[in-house]
Amino acid sequence: MAEVTLLEAIRQALFEEMERDPSVVLLGEDVGVYGGAFKVTAGLLERFGWERVIDTPISESAIVGAAVGMGYLGMRPVVEMQFIDFIACCFNQVTNFAAKSHYRWGAPVPMVLRGPSGGGVHGGPFHSANPEMYFVHTPGLKVVYPATPSDAKGLLKSAIRDNNPVLFFEHKFLYRRIKEELPAGDYTVPLGKAIVRREGRDLTIVTYAAMMHTSLEAAELLAKEGIEAEVIDLRTLLPLDRETLLASVKKTNKVLVAHEDTRTGGIAGEIAELVCEGAFEDLDGPVLRVTALDTPVPFSPPLEERFLPNVERVADAARALAKY
Amino acid sequence: MKFPLTREQHLELHYYMKLNRTLEEQLVRLFRQNKVVGGLYSSLGQEATSVGTAYALEPRDWIAPMIRNVGALLVKGYKPRDILTQYMARYTSPTLGKDGTSHFGDLKVRRVVSPISMLGDLIPVMTGVAMAGRYLGQKIVAMTWIGDGGTSTGVFHEGMNFAATQKAPFVCVIENNQWAYSTPVKRQVPLHDLAERARAYGIASYIVDGNDIVAVYETAKEAAERCRAGDGPVIIEAKTMRMRGHAQHDPAEYVPKEMFDYWKARDPLDQYEKFLTENKLWDSRTRAEIDARIDRELKEDLEFAEKSPFPPPELAEQGVYCEGCHKIEPDWHRPVEELLPPKSSIEALWQVEDFGGLEEAANAAKPAAVSGDGARPPANKEQRAKRKTKAAKAKAPVRSKARR
Repeated sequence: MAEVTLLEAIRQALFEEMERDPSVVLLGEDVGVYGGAFKVTAGLLERFGWERVIDTPISESAIVGAAVGMGYLGMRPVVEMQFIDFIACCFNQVTNFAAKSHYRWGAPVPMVLRGPSGGGVHGGPFHSANPEMYFVHTPGLKVVYPATPSDAKGLLKSAIRDNNPVLFFEHKFLYRRIKEELPAGDYTVPLGKAIVRREGRDLTIVTYAAMMHTSLEAAELLAKEGIEAEVIDLRTLLPLDRETLLASVKKTNKVLVAHEDTRTGGIAGEIAELVCEGAFEDLDGPVLRVTALDTPVPFSPPLEERFLPNVERVADAARALAKY
Repeated sequence: MKFPLTREQHLELHYYMKLNRTLEEQLVRLFRQNKVVGGLYSSLGQEATSVGTAYALEPRDWIAPMIRNVGALLVKGYKPRDILTQYMARYTSPTLGKDGTSHFGDLKVRRVVSPISMLGDLIPVMTGVAMAGRYLGQKIVAMTWIGDGGTSTGVFHEGMNFAATQKAPFVCVIENNQWAYSTPVKRQVPLHDLAERARAYGIASYIVDGNDIVAVYETAKEAAERCRAGDGPVIIEAKTMRMRGHAQHDPAEYVPKEMFDYWKARDPLDQYEKFLTENKLWDSRTRAEIDARIDRELKEDLEFAEKSPFPPPELAEQGVYCEGCHKIEPDWHRPVEELLPPKSSIEALWQVEDFGGLEEAANAAKPAAVSGDGARPPANKEQRAKRKTKAAKAKAPVRSKARR
């Protein structure tokens, strides 16, 4: 089978789920005739028609609200945020309506909210965000952020079939830059399960999304210096897979967290605490983190380059940690 | 009278309204006895709007009540005990104590969506309910209520606009009760009639005396029929008055006494009881029977609520996610083949008829003629012309003539 991009893998998941289940519909700005700002939904309107692929007004709260209502009647709406940054416009619908619904009154919200996220494409302060932690801090949501095409497809299928509101982040830097051969047939990847991408004995790099690829590159560099890093791809940030994480820490005794999200309140802090709670006696060094700066995402290339973590910074931190 | 009521229906309307009134007066007593947990939000004085609008719907229709719509919940089949236990935070309440007040619902039988405290968010949610009902072929209407203050939110506008573009079968009842907490409606909205807002969405609207339950019922019935016929969403403005403070802690000293007097003279329950007597729809015996029934039901339910336990603390940890506890399956009333290829497949192109220039704008009440509105595939010319006439008719706000 031919290799496909992350973007194409996502499109395939939507296509196959819509074929499989007529209760799956798409809503979003320019998702229909235009096929979405990044063309993720290209061709879906032609195939599934006006009722199932709905071009909406520029009204993020209305789009998410309507999806919640559709979910109450047993449909499985998939909402596209044109850029994930715009999710701030519908924060109330996501965090107060959708997230609390099942807990408060037993009404599940089987909705997926997906959108292009992340920096590295000079999108500036409003088209580059990684807002995942607002939602990781919201009980009732699930938060998924895949790093590879095969995961993206399998995780999106699981998200659509899940009975809860799932936020599905798609790193736009990866959309067309990575390719992979996908497993054949109808497969899913379970939510809430991390994966060991590279085995190693000296330290564990915990990461996700675009930084997963950065971390793998760093691990190759380190290997040439005799440092064997294990790389864990979280894939789902909420709920977090504690078992995979702790098993690796118990093996390597050292943890480095690498994420593209900003530093303060990023998931690195949560992971450090989980490790303290669950594997403190196994630690041979501090839990370190490599993250973006605590600033908005700047626009000009040299500024954005300074803002984003990179291979050198991950490798440097790993070298420092390996010395303990 | 376009939608005549039988004697039984008249008496039922009275029963719900009186039950609404008596239940809330009971809640005030419980509040004073410190038996209500948290705030108490009263709909005293607004009962005709809640009961009359909800009563106009079919059992298969969906509602989403706001905090002052206890009456609508009663019409949908909830019992006083449900509301009492919610306010008293008991384990026997519909939310098991996880939420209070009117914040509960039922997707399966009563078709009630729980509100959240933030105003306006139900507008798009019920738009989605209406769209899903149509998608599944259920021929339902969705209804929610919002206060005068709630129409100031951005999400009200987003939701109404989306509902209008989708022609969703959705009725939005604006309960203009004159006060948004302590702020008078004039400081919220620079309009005399909130129904005017409908013009911004190109949809139909009505203005009705919210304290006249028969007028409210008839207006809501007409609005619902209009939705069911596929004419798109409707706004009803019901003019009424919040006869208490925002919540029980608020003595509402900011309201001029004369304003309370004005509305006291237009009390919805007093007016309706007078109407029933004048029209010989009841006698003193029937009236006494209704009162006795309400007293009995309330007494039983109050006893039930007071005897009910608080929830076990460990419940706090449960139910964040649906982990297979609910089965999600839509109730299809149309062949799904219509929604799957090859039947669903189309040519994905906008059909633009109007280039948007100034001279075309002069061409009278012509609605934006972009087809493929998400609800229906692009129509042929003849169908489009028909739709346009319908939409033009829907434009001007209608002052409801529904009087008894």
